[in-house]
Amino acid sequence: MIRLEKRKEPSKFWRIANPFLAVALTMIAGGIMFAMLGKDPITAIRLIFFDPIFSETFGSYSRPQLLIKSAPLILIAVGLAIGFKANIWNIGAEGQYIIGALFGAGVALAFFPQPGWYIFPLMVIAGAFGGFLWAMIPAILKTRFNTNEILVSLLLVYVAEKILAAMALGLMRNPDIAGFPGSRDLRRYEAAYNAELISGTGIHWGVVAALIAVIFAYAMMTRHMLGYHVQLAGQAPRAARFGGVSPARLVVICLGISGALAGLAGMFEVSGPGGQVRIEFASGYGFTAIIVAFLGRLNPIGIVLAGLLLGLTYIGGELGQMMLQLPGAAIQVFQGMLLFFLLALDFQTNYRIRLTQGARA
Amino acid sequence: MRQPLLRLDGLTKAYPGVLANDNVSFEIGIGQMHALLGENGAGKSTLVKMIYGLVKPDKGQMVLRDLPYAPAQPSEARKNGVAMVFQHFSLFDALDVAENVALGMENPPAMRDLAKRIRDVSEEYGLPLDPNRLVGDLSAGERQRVEIVRCLLQDPKLLIMDEPTSVLTPQEVEILFRTLRQLSSEGTAILYISHKLEEIRALCDEATILRGGKKVATCDPREKSARELAELMVGQILTPPERAAKPRGDVLLSVENLSLKSNNPFGTSLKDISFQLHAGEVLGIAGVAGNGQDELLLMLSGEIPSPSGQVKLKSQPIGQLGPNARRVRGLVTAPEERLGHAAAPDMSLTANALLSGAARKGLVKNGFIDWKKTDTFAREIIAKFDVRTPGSHVLARALSGGNLQKFVIGREIELAPDVIVVNQPTWGVDASAAAFIRQALLDLASAGAGVLVISQDLDELLEVADSFAALNEGRLTPVRPAKGLTVEEIGLMMGGAHDMHPAHEVAE
Repeated sequence: MIRLEKRKEPSKFWRIANPFLAVALTMIAGGIMFAMLGKDPITAIRLIFFDPIFSETFGSYSRPQLLIKSAPLILIAVGLAIGFKANIWNIGAEGQYIIGALFGAGVALAFFPQPGWYIFPLMVIAGAFGGFLWAMIPAILKTRFNTNEILVSLLLVYVAEKILAAMALGLMRNPDIAGFPGSRDLRRYEAAYNAELISGTGIHWGVVAALIAVIFAYAMMTRHMLGYHVQLAGQAPRAARFGGVSPARLVVICLGISGALAGLAGMFEVSGPGGQVRIEFASGYGFTAIIVAFLGRLNPIGIVLAGLLLGLTYIGGELGQMMLQLPGAAIQVFQGMLLFFLLALDFQTNYRIRLTQGARA
Repeated sequence: MRQPLLRLDGLTKAYPGVLANDNVSFEIGIGQMHALLGENGAGKSTLVKMIYGLVKPDKGQMVLRDLPYAPAQPSEARKNGVAMVFQHFSLFDALDVAENVALGMENPPAMRDLAKRIRDVSEEYGLPLDPNRLVGDLSAGERQRVEIVRCLLQDPKLLIMDEPTSVLTPQEVEILFRTLRQLSSEGTAILYISHKLEEIRALCDEATILRGGKKVATCDPREKSARELAELMVGQILTPPERAAKPRGDVLLSVENLSLKSNNPFGTSLKDISFQLHAGEVLGIAGVAGNGQDELLLMLSGEIPSPSGQVKLKSQPIGQLGPNARRVRGLVTAPEERLGHAAAPDMSLTANALLSGAARKGLVKNGFIDWKKTDTFAREIIAKFDVRTPGSHVLARALSGGNLQKFVIGREIELAPDVIVVNQPTWGVDASAAAFIRQALLDLASAGAGVLVISQDLDELLEVADSFAALNEGRLTPVRPAKGLTVEEIGLMMGGAHDMHPAHEVAE
């Protein structure tokens, strides 16, 4: 007979061990999935997790890609984690990411082709502001009308996608190339280009921003009253009110921070690796960042590691599509499995599984 | 000597780190009213949980009506005629009385039959109860009747009652006692758990006293004085708290004609509350649980805002201010619920010291927390209030209820407030710690602070309070001097016996 016992204190060991265990289980289950697709599982797993970094043939291309893919994930996840700790669930980072990109690109396209050092900083501010604004919709609806921020933020992703398509086909379309959707290529507009800072590393301003965000988030969560209030509200809402925390204020702050960071990530992407406002610009970073936040245990440092890992699966997934003709959806299944195993394993952080004999239910 | 019903023989139960029961043996006779006395942590609950089949003893046997008795679960205990009324009710607010009773039965009869049986039993035992009423609308006393009737429907031979009077007015207690005496005369034994000595002396014919998991005595409580029983229970001589007599000072806190809707659908709204609290005064507010105590505390702490001008601290309106703004101005509070309200369960004691300390102790600079200073503050509380814990890094939920209470009250007292409001300051705290907390509150008053104690423990209020008022369905009685009040008068202030007298008269 299997019995579950609630632990007196959550197990520290499993808190740290579970993410690693989840990765291992994902590799095994993913391997089985690949085998059922008729691919060699060992090759596929190696291609996804090891080759992007260690392969001699494509390492030089894919290594810089690692930071390019991970930076937006980390930037978004750091913001989401703050809200998640307070039990405020922003599921719509993808939408805030898109709107941030549109605001950033909008500033660039408005100034085109003028040069000026101030254009890029303005784009940064606009990107953050765009994401912030988009996140304020669920925040204000929640504080005013008590709507559910999970639903509202999620549904606004689809609204943002429609706006993105409309912009790519209409207002922001490149007027110089008739008939093609998509804006001007910002990589060809020097004042707006988020270029690689150190050649061959993939480091662009988004990576720097992610690093700064991680440090700020860490300091805020451990040393600042706001971080204390976030944790209080998440763990004991009544104690938080006793401690003078205003729940409405916290909703606005948490959604605001995560929205602004997601907007920033979108802006750095559209002005750099992405290059232009296109219909297919959004690549799911906003959703994958949810996995990153949980896999990183909502801890800024853990999020860096988890962001790098999930960034790796993006590159590995592309390699798998190229080399083994793996379906593109396979990598999303893969990422989903990771979250699934992690949440399942987390059960044993709070509960102990006991095998007993002859006990009655 | 009565014929024995249940014999306990050398019952022992150990939990990691504590021996909850150590070789406990005694007998309960058929129809006997047997008291089980002891402080918090003496092992009373573990013992009755073993009798009720919730916990398995490590060693020892039980014999019920000459047959070995080892229930593996409560349903088996109930089949053998053992029933229990818990201190905390397991009732659903949104269901009616009959539905609640049915949920607790093994094979509930059809609802209509059940309703009739509930009426019959409640009339027979003088416990009026309407099976169709929603439990959420019942008073605490009525809820307890639901639990008792649920037990009586199973025709028990042994009824275990855990602290049954803590939620009752003195008049309601009298009615409960009549029911219990009637049951006893019909042959149902009652195991009565309490730490209220006068009650036990009035009701029981035998008492078993536990201390530190061991049985220290079995005696006839009617032959001992309450003081003798208390000293057996605590194992030391108790000194009542002392207070220096001094004139009353200025008004520190005043509330005028305040009505406030509860933020909880099953809560009690405050109706036209008025009182004044002076410097150096201890104002005791009595009342049965659920008569507006929580709402009164939330209103004073600032967690529920109130119309400006009706609540004043040192003549300044504070109704619209939040908890921290009130703390800065000198008003601190300690809510009843320690875990989850007065303290965050999954945070360390240091982090919990910051919860209310942030506003008054200079622990935060420019929004950044001085953890070193906060930890020093937490250690001060732990040392001064004798909080038993390995250190300030321990999570609040790892502390026993009494220890956490000492920490919470200690934290608020250490903030050196002008006015302190506490709800149930010694609930679940052992006698010596309770005496310590009361003394600390009295010292605060002697130093010129205003102290407002909300409590359901009348003995406590009579011990500390200079003036006295009672909450009854959200209304506060006029404040009276505590000196010279009788328990009878207090009972009437608390609302007498919440419309429960008639049935007994009818039944008799």
